[in-house]
Amino acid sequence: MSNKQFDYLNQLEYESIHIIRETAGQFERPALLFSGGKDSIVLVNLALKAFRPGKLPFPLVHIDTGHNFSEAIVYRDELAKRIDETLIVRYVEDTMKRKKIAEPKGKNASRNALQTFTLLETIEEFEFDACIGGARRDEEKARAKERIFSIRDEFGQWNPKLQRPELWDVYNGRISKGENVRVFPISNWTELDVWNYIKRENILLPSIYFSHTRKCILREGKQLMAVSDFIEPYEGDVLLEKNVRFRTVGDMTCTAPVESAATNIDEIILDIKQAKISERGATRIDDRISETGMEDRKKGGYF
Amino acid sequence: MELLRIITAGSVDDGKSTLIGRLLYDSKAISLDILEAIERSSKNKENGAIDLALLTDGLRAEREQGITIDVAYKYFTTENRKFIIADTPGHIQYTRNMFTGASNANLAVILVDARNGILEQTNRHSLISSLLGIPYLVVCINKIDMVNYAQDVFDKLVDEYKIFAKKLSVKEIVFIPVSAKFGDNIVEKSKSTNWYTGPTLLNYLEKVKVVENEADANHGRFVIQNVIRPQTPELPDYRGYAGKVISGVYKKGDTVTIYPSGIDTRIKSIEQFEKEIDIAVSPMPVIFHLEDEIDISRGDYIVKQNNGAIITKSPEAIICWMDENVLTVGAKLLLQHHSSISKVIVKEILYTINVNTFEKNDDDKAAKLNTICRIALKSANLLVIDDYKNNRSNGRFILIDENTNNTVAAGIFSVI
Repeated sequence: MSNKQFDYLNQLEYESIHIIRETAGQFERPALLFSGGKDSIVLVNLALKAFRPGKLPFPLVHIDTGHNFSEAIVYRDELAKRIDETLIVRYVEDTMKRKKIAEPKGKNASRNALQTFTLLETIEEFEFDACIGGARRDEEKARAKERIFSIRDEFGQWNPKLQRPELWDVYNGRISKGENVRVFPISNWTELDVWNYIKRENILLPSIYFSHTRKCILREGKQLMAVSDFIEPYEGDVLLEKNVRFRTVGDMTCTAPVESAATNIDEIILDIKQAKISERGATRIDDRISETGMEDRKKGGYF
Repeated sequence: MELLRIITAGSVDDGKSTLIGRLLYDSKAISLDILEAIERSSKNKENGAIDLALLTDGLRAEREQGITIDVAYKYFTTENRKFIIADTPGHIQYTRNMFTGASNANLAVILVDARNGILEQTNRHSLISSLLGIPYLVVCINKIDMVNYAQDVFDKLVDEYKIFAKKLSVKEIVFIPVSAKFGDNIVEKSKSTNWYTGPTLLNYLEKVKVVENEADANHGRFVIQNVIRPQTPELPDYRGYAGKVISGVYKKGDTVTIYPSGIDTRIKSIEQFEKEIDIAVSPMPVIFHLEDEIDISRGDYIVKQNNGAIITKSPEAIICWMDENVLTVGAKLLLQHHSSISKVIVKEILYTINVNTFEKNDDDKAAKLNTICRIALKSANLLVIDDYKNNRSNGRFILIDENTNNTVAAGIFSVI
């Protein structure tokens, strides 16, 4: 019985719950960063499993760029209400006003990078010492190197060359004042694992994850983008109507839809199994800046 | 579907990252866009063919220097297994990274360059794997193409390794001739090594029995992570102890002892995800409810009785020292054992271990960065531990420097 082999999804779930409970146990003021995307929705689900029938020992925090999909925002507010937990929202727009930062302009302009400012301000405002996030190691090569408890200095910066050794399931979250820790409980999950879990747990998702008809722009003959108030049309853009769904949900400016007819989770899982392009490769315009785009952003305090 | 955690280790330039790249590539776990990015990078490096190592060397410094610095995690799935690969650097200066990657592994893939033979590093990686209780070793004799797929080269290396392997305590060792660069015997059987009748690397990874923890079912170990007290009108008196079953099995009604207080009580009920369950098995996260009202908190142990747990304030352990500052006798550190933290003093460094031969050295007691040594500790709190050899889950800990907050050592409890 002691050698019982649990299904891999159970093993991943158990590992994540253990990490979330360690975070609550080791830190005074943790927070769960919630974006409305599927990964953070799974995180909330895991956190509830870790602490119910108690309340969550941390608030949900959303850094709102103002460029979110409305479906994700509606979902966010409904979820907080349904589970009766605290939701803190801070707006990139406010940071921009305070710091007199101009709206990023030009083709593929995005507020994505500005989120870092607001996140760091929010961490200071509430004195959060740990932020739980839904990043996964399979997403991106810099993330593949990051610890589950990732220590950030007073400026929120990640130093990939000076990471603490992280052994077994023993997590060292001790920090000095001013530092904070980013905790990634689903580090070892892949995109497919997340979808299989969503299916198993019957987790409700925002509608944009499923196929729908949407007005899109085809840019430079290859990049599909959703039409929104936040995207400036550019010379050569072609306007189309497509059946699409989103594989990741970030800002409307830097998250691209994929063509898909998948209207339910089974079809999405099949879609992903057959996909030839990686999750972020298909959808994240912000990653394509350079080979080390994510590493550089993380060093600057990004998630 | 089962989950298997693997570590890969090898010397610099053994082609370890290439081997993982090949596994991912041939098992179709690489997406087109990532392959294209690698093709672009490969061209930048002007070495012609696709450099599969770029799949795992994710940091800028690693790409620039063409070496692996830190542990990288990679994932792939076949029909019946999910694999987590920890790719670790081979150089002696990164022994602590190898330790990190190996800590969670159930299988080690150790690479040997067919031209260079068994090196000191091969021995070191094998010995660390054995020390950490990894049950399976797969020795891949790589770059077999560079020695014209010669069977006698392979056989000679196997014989040589087997002599050395007598020092190891592992369940099984297999040898596979491979070429990571060309894919021989990685996923597909090679046509160039007809003399080899064993499995390909992937075949083996798919069929090897997964062993999580062989601890006895009676070895119930549990540390409280959080005390759950909703204090709501509906649940005014609810008090549950959340944690994961570290090893063994707990049943409703079991008699347990709480440490460090030493108070006996019984498991009144076990709860998982708001449902009552009768039995909790490692590594399940659960909430325990106890028969008696006792004042206990995070870090306290709830242990099943009469089952061999070692209750001590003076444990001995083998550690891998991971800090730039040397370890000195008399040093005061924190010992973190699961969610339990205790102050400790290093009473004695008994001996250091030569990581290449595993010989004990009583004369050299200087524990520098990457040194593996045996130490005696004195702790402020009672610890409930097991010898790592008997119980991998409850026999491990880390040491933390209170001034820098750094993890300065990985340790395994060892009772002679």
